[in-house]
Amino acid sequence: MNDHPPGAVISLRDVSVSLPEGSDRKYAIRNVSFDLKAGEILCVVGESGSGKSVTAQAIMGLLPGNLRCESGSIQFAGRDLLRVDDTERRAITGRQIAMIFQEPTAALNPVFRVGDLVAETFRIHTKLSGTQIRQKVLDLFREVRLPEPERLYNNYPHQLSGGQCQRVMIATALALQPQVLIADEPTTALDVTTQAQILKLLLDLRRETGTSIIFITHDFGVVAELADRVAVMRHGEVVEIGTHQQVLQHPQHDYTKALIAAVPKLEAGAPRTFNGPAVLQATHIRKSFRSGGNFFSRGRSVDAVADVDVTLHRGETLGLVGESGSGKSTLAQCIIRLIDPNAGEINIDGVRFSDLDKKALRHARAKIQIVFQDPYSALDPRQKIGEAIAEGPMIHGMYGGEARTRARSLLKDVGLDPEAFDRYPHEFSGGQRQRICIARALALDPLLLIADEAVSALDVSIQAQILELLAKLQKERAFAMLFITHDLRVASKICDRIAVMRQGRIIEQATPADILLHPQQDYTRELLAAVPGAQHRESA
Amino acid sequence: MLRFWLVKLLRATVTLWLVVTSVFIVLRTSGDPVQSLLPPDATIEEIEQFREAWGLDRPLTEQYAKYVVNMATGDFGKSYRDGRQVTTIIAERVPWTLFLGLTAYAVAVLLGVPLGILAAIRRNTFVDRLIMSFAVFGFALPNFFFGILLILLFSLNLRMLPSSGTGTWMHVIMPAATLGLTTAGALARFTRSAMLDVLGKVYIRAAAAKGVSFAGRILRHALPNAAIPVVTVMGLNLGALLGGAIVVETVFAWPGVGRLLVSSVSSRDLAVVQALVLMIAATMVVANLTVDLLYGVLDPRIRVASKD
Repeated sequence: MNDHPPGAVISLRDVSVSLPEGSDRKYAIRNVSFDLKAGEILCVVGESGSGKSVTAQAIMGLLPGNLRCESGSIQFAGRDLLRVDDTERRAITGRQIAMIFQEPTAALNPVFRVGDLVAETFRIHTKLSGTQIRQKVLDLFREVRLPEPERLYNNYPHQLSGGQCQRVMIATALALQPQVLIADEPTTALDVTTQAQILKLLLDLRRETGTSIIFITHDFGVVAELADRVAVMRHGEVVEIGTHQQVLQHPQHDYTKALIAAVPKLEAGAPRTFNGPAVLQATHIRKSFRSGGNFFSRGRSVDAVADVDVTLHRGETLGLVGESGSGKSTLAQCIIRLIDPNAGEINIDGVRFSDLDKKALRHARAKIQIVFQDPYSALDPRQKIGEAIAEGPMIHGMYGGEARTRARSLLKDVGLDPEAFDRYPHEFSGGQRQRICIARALALDPLLLIADEAVSALDVSIQAQILELLAKLQKERAFAMLFITHDLRVASKICDRIAVMRQGRIIEQATPADILLHPQQDYTRELLAAVPGAQHRESA
Repeated sequence: MLRFWLVKLLRATVTLWLVVTSVFIVLRTSGDPVQSLLPPDATIEEIEQFREAWGLDRPLTEQYAKYVVNMATGDFGKSYRDGRQVTTIIAERVPWTLFLGLTAYAVAVLLGVPLGILAAIRRNTFVDRLIMSFAVFGFALPNFFFGILLILLFSLNLRMLPSSGTGTWMHVIMPAATLGLTTAGALARFTRSAMLDVLGKVYIRAAAAKGVSFAGRILRHALPNAAIPVVTVMGLNLGALLGGAIVVETVFAWPGVGRLLVSSVSSRDLAVVQALVLMIAATMVVANLTVDLLYGVLDPRIRVASKD
C-alpha cells in the first residue's frame, strides 16, 4: 500500500486512539484512514461520540492527557505526525497545520487584545518586527472581512460578537498560510446568517489561498454547501468516504442513509386547522432590561420584547424562530412569568395569568410546563428519574402511589422502559434524558408545553425521534405547544404556525408553507437563504 | 470610572464607621478600665479623678460623639497607662509588624503560587499529592502551635535559631515562617484549582494549536486568567496576616502591634485598643480596595466595561 499517495497533503493510515479503562468502548477512534488532497475541503460528519473531534486532535497533537494514540500513522510533508518530537511538532502546528474551534468566544483568551492574539502566531514562528506584524494582522483582518480593523485590533474578545470572534480565530489560523486548516464545528455555536457568512468566507479563502480544509460537522446541510469529499464516522470508525455526489446522492452505508434521512428539511408539514378556544392569549407583552447602570445612573433601557401578541389554540404548535438575542426565550419566560413583563395581558385557559399573586401563580403553573435545551443540566443528578417525574403531581396534591404509577406509564409513553423508574440520570444518553424531561413535563397534564430549543443540543437522528415523539404526544393529549428554535428546518417540520422574531418583535407570522414559499419580510428571506444546504437543494 | 471609585470609597467609609462604632460599644460593655488600671486599694477620690481626666464620667452619647469626631480627625487620644500619645506608641510598633508581615507575605506568595501552579501542571501525580498534603498541613495547623513546634525543633533541640525577641536577621526567620507557611498552604490550594480551571479552557488548546510552547501557555496564557481569583485570596490574606500577627508576635515576643494589642486589651487601655482595631480594619478595607483595583487591571472585561 502506498502510504502517501501523490496529491495528498495529509494521509491517515489505521490511526487508533484508545480510551481510558472503564469507558463504554475501547477506542475513541479505530483504524481511521483517509487522505486530504491539496486544495480540497473534506467534511468529516458524524454524531456526538463518533470520534470526529478526536481525529482532529490526533492530527494536531492536541489529544487530552488521558487519550493515547495506539497505532497507525499520519503522514504530512514527509513526516509521521505521530512520531515527531515537541520541537518539530511546534514548528508544524500553527504554521503548517492550523485549527479553529467550535466556540469562538471561548477560544480567544479574554485577557488579550484580539490583535495581539493574532500577532502571537507571527511572533512565535517568524522574525518579523513589531510594525511588520501589526501590518500583517491588519491585512488578515481585512482578508477575513472584519469591519474597522484598526479599531478592532485593540478590542478584547468580549467586545466582539460570536461571528467576529470566529473571524479572528480564522485570521489566527490563516496567519502563516498553512497548508491545512482543521475546522472543528466552527459554525455550530453561531446564528444561521452568521454561519452562512463564515462558510462563504471559508470557500473564498480556499479559492484564494488553496488551503486544504478538514471541516468537522454534524450538519449535513453544511456538508452539502461545502464539501468536495465527505467522510462519515460512527463509533470511532469511518463507515463511508466518497465525493460530495457519491455520499449525498448515493449513500452506500445504512448509517449514512439514516443520517441523511434524519436531516430536517425545509418542508412544511400537512396543514391543520384549530377552531377551539384559545389556550394562550397574550397581548401587548413588553419587557425591557437596563444595562450599564450603576449607583448613580440608571443605564440605558433595551427592549427585549416589544409589544408582542401571541395566541395559541388547543393542540396547536406555534414556532418562535429567531437568532440569538431576538427575544424569543424572554418572551416565553414572560408568558409563564418566570420573569415579570413590564406590560401586557396574559390569559391562559381563561385565567388572567398576569394578575395572579405568588401563591395562585404557583398553583396555576401546573398547567404550563417547559422542556429545556440541555437535557444534561435539566435533571437533578441525585434524583431517581421516576421520582423526578412523580414529584410534580405530588407537589400539586396527588398521592405518592398514584403519582408513581403514572410516572411508570409516562416512561412507557415516551418510549422508555417503565423499569427505568429507579435509575439515575447519568445512566441515560442525551436523547433518553430529553425523553425523561418530556415525561416530567407531561406528568402534570399541561395545557401548554413550552419547548425551549428542546432538540437543539441533540444529534439529528435523535432530534428526529424527539420531534416525532412530541408530535405523537400532542396528538394524544392535545396540549398547545410553544416551540422555540433557531432552526427553521425544525420549525417547519413540527409547527402549525411560525412567528419570526427579530429585535424583540414578531415581524412575520404565517403557516410554514407560507413562510417557506412566500416570505413577506426581507429578514425572513435572509434567514431562509442562510439555512445550510438551502442553495444546494435549489440547484439540485 | 470616577463614579465607580466614589462608590467604593463611600462603602469603605461606612465599613470603617461600623467598625469604630462596634469597637466603642464592645469596649464600654466589657468592663470598667478603672478596675484594671488603678490599684485595688485606690480611693474613691482617685477613681473619680481618673474618670474625669479621661472623660469617662460623661454620658455615653457624648463620649461616643467626641470619640467619633476625634477618630475622624486622627486624634486617637492618650494611653491610659502611660499618658503618651497613642499615635506615638503605635508608630513605634508598626515598622516591626510591617517587617514581619511583609516578609511572611513574601514567603507565602513566593512559595504558595508556584507550588500551586506546579501541582496543577502535575495534576494527580505524586508531586501534586505531596504539595497538596503540605498545603493542608499548612492551613490546618493553628499557627500558635506551629510556632511552638518550630521553637522546639530549631531553638531547643537544634539550637540554630533564637526563640524570641529581635536583634538579628535570624530572629525574623521563625515568626515569618510560621505566619507565611500557613498562608502559603491556602494560596497553593487556590492557585491549583484556579489553574486547573483555566487549563481546561478552549483558549489554552487554541494557544497550543498556534504552536505556543508549554511554558508560554502556562505563563502567558493561563496565569493571567488564573490570577483573577487568586488575587482575591491574596488580598484577604494580607488582612489575615496582620490578624495572625497578633498570635505569632505573642508566641515569639515580637515587638509589633499584635503584642501591643494583646497587652492593651488585658490592661483595658481603651484608647490604644480602639486605635489598633481601627487600624487593622482600615488595613482590611485598603486590601479589599486594592483587590478591586487589581481586578480592573487583570481583567479587561471589568476594566473595559466600566469605561463605557
